[in-house]
Amino acid sequence: MRINISRKKIRDSFVDKVQELSGQNLLACYQCGKCSAGCPAVSEMDILPNQIIRFAQLGLKDELLASKAIWICASCMTCNARCPKGINIAEVIEALRQILLRKREDHLKVKKLSDKEKEDIPPIALISSMRKYTS
Amino acid sequence: MKICYYPGCTLKNHAKNFEDSTICSLKAIGVEVDELDRWNCCGTVFSLTTDDLIHHVAPIRNLIRAKEANYDKVMTLCAMCYNTLKRANERVKSDPDSLEVLNNFMDREKIKYQGDVQVYHLLEFLKNEITFENLAEKIIKPLKKLKVASYYGCLLVRPKEIGLDDLENPTILEDLMAVCGADSVDFPFKTECCGAYQTVDRPEIVAERTFQILSSAQSQGAEVVVVSCPLCAFNLDQRQKKAVELFPEFKNIPVLYFTQPLAIALGCPEETLRFDLNFIDPKPLLKEKGFI
Repeated sequence: MRINISRKKIRDSFVDKVQELSGQNLLACYQCGKCSAGCPAVSEMDILPNQIIRFAQLGLKDELLASKAIWICASCMTCNARCPKGINIAEVIEALRQILLRKREDHLKVKKLSDKEKEDIPPIALISSMRKYTS
Repeated sequence: MKICYYPGCTLKNHAKNFEDSTICSLKAIGVEVDELDRWNCCGTVFSLTTDDLIHHVAPIRNLIRAKEANYDKVMTLCAMCYNTLKRANERVKSDPDSLEVLNNFMDREKIKYQGDVQVYHLLEFLKNEITFENLAEKIIKPLKKLKVASYYGCLLVRPKEIGLDDLENPTILEDLMAVCGADSVDFPFKTECCGAYQTVDRPEIVAERTFQILSSAQSQGAEVVVVSCPLCAFNLDQRQKKAVELFPEFKNIPVLYFTQPLAIALGCPEETLRFDLNFIDPKPLLKEKGFI
C-alpha cells in the first residue's frame, strides 16, 4: 500500500473528529502493538488495530474509511483491556464507523437478509448488528 | 425472597431455555423472580461514541421501571443486557450533565432517574447474596464426572470497571460448576470473542471462531460448554453446523446455558430445561451420565 503523508492531513479536522467522538487521545499511543497481538479478529483485518491508531494520528482518512478492518472489529474490548497507555482502541474504531454511518453509509444491507435468516437469527444478533452497522 | 428481573429481547424466544432453567433453579432455592413491567430492549450494545446520548435512553428507561416497582436492584441473565444496562448506569452516574439531558428527554416519566439502581448478574446474586456455600446445600443431583468448559465471552468481564470477575482469568462460572458437582476444564479461549453480531452478515468468521474456541475446550477434555450470553450461545451452538462444513475434522459438542446444569443439579424437572432449544442435543450425553 502506497501512502502519502502530509502536514495538511495531520492537521485535518478528521483527526479532531476521531478524538472527539472516541474521547481518546490518539497521541498517547507509542505503537507497542499489544492491541493487535491480542485481537481475535486480526486474521480478517487489512489494517491492524495499532495501525488504525497510527493512521488516525496521521489523518489518513481515505485509507481508514475504506478499510475492511473497521467493520471486522466486534468491540470485544480485549485491546482496551490490555493497552498499557489506557487508550480505548475499540472507541476509536467505533468513531470511524460512526463517521460513515452518520452520512447514512450503512454497512449491513438489511433488505438483503432473507425471511429465513431473520427468523433463525436471534433478535440479540439482529439488533446488535443493526445498531453497529446501520445509521 | 423476591428479586427484580430484566429479561431482555432474546430470553423470551430463542433463549427461553435460559429463562426457564433460571426461574426453576431460583425457585428451588426459595427465590421468586419478579419480572419488570413494561421492560424494553436495552439496545444490546453500549454506545461507544461520546456524544451519542440517545442510545442510553433505552437502558436508563428500564432502570426507571425498576424504581417504579420499588426496587433498588435489577438482575439480568443475558451478558449483553448486563453490560449495556450497567455501563449506561455508570455513564450517567459519572456524568450528571448527560443524566440531566436524558431525564429532560424522558420528561413524561414520573421518576427522574438519579443513578440509584444497581444492575447485577445472576452469577453475582448466587455468589454474593445466596453464597455458594448455601447453594451447595441445595444440590440434590451432583453432576459427577461431567467435564465442563466455562465460556465467558466478552461482556461479563470487559471493561474492567463493570466486569463481574477478573478480566483475564475469571473463575466464577467454574466455581459455580464445582458447586454443582461438575469438573471444570481450563482452556485458553474462555474470554475470547465469538465474533458476536458478525454472525448476521459474516457467519463464516463466526464459524471459524466457534471452531477455535470449542476445539480448544475439547482438547482439554470438555464434554459440554456453558455460557451466559444468548449471542455466544447461538454462535457456539448453531454455527457448529457451518464449522463442520469448513473444518471437517471438527466434532460437535453441546453448548448449554450455565443455568441448565444448575437446574439439573437442583432437581428441576426436565421440561423446564427446554433442551429442544439447544441446537446440538445434549440429552444423549446427559442420559449416559445418568443426570436426566
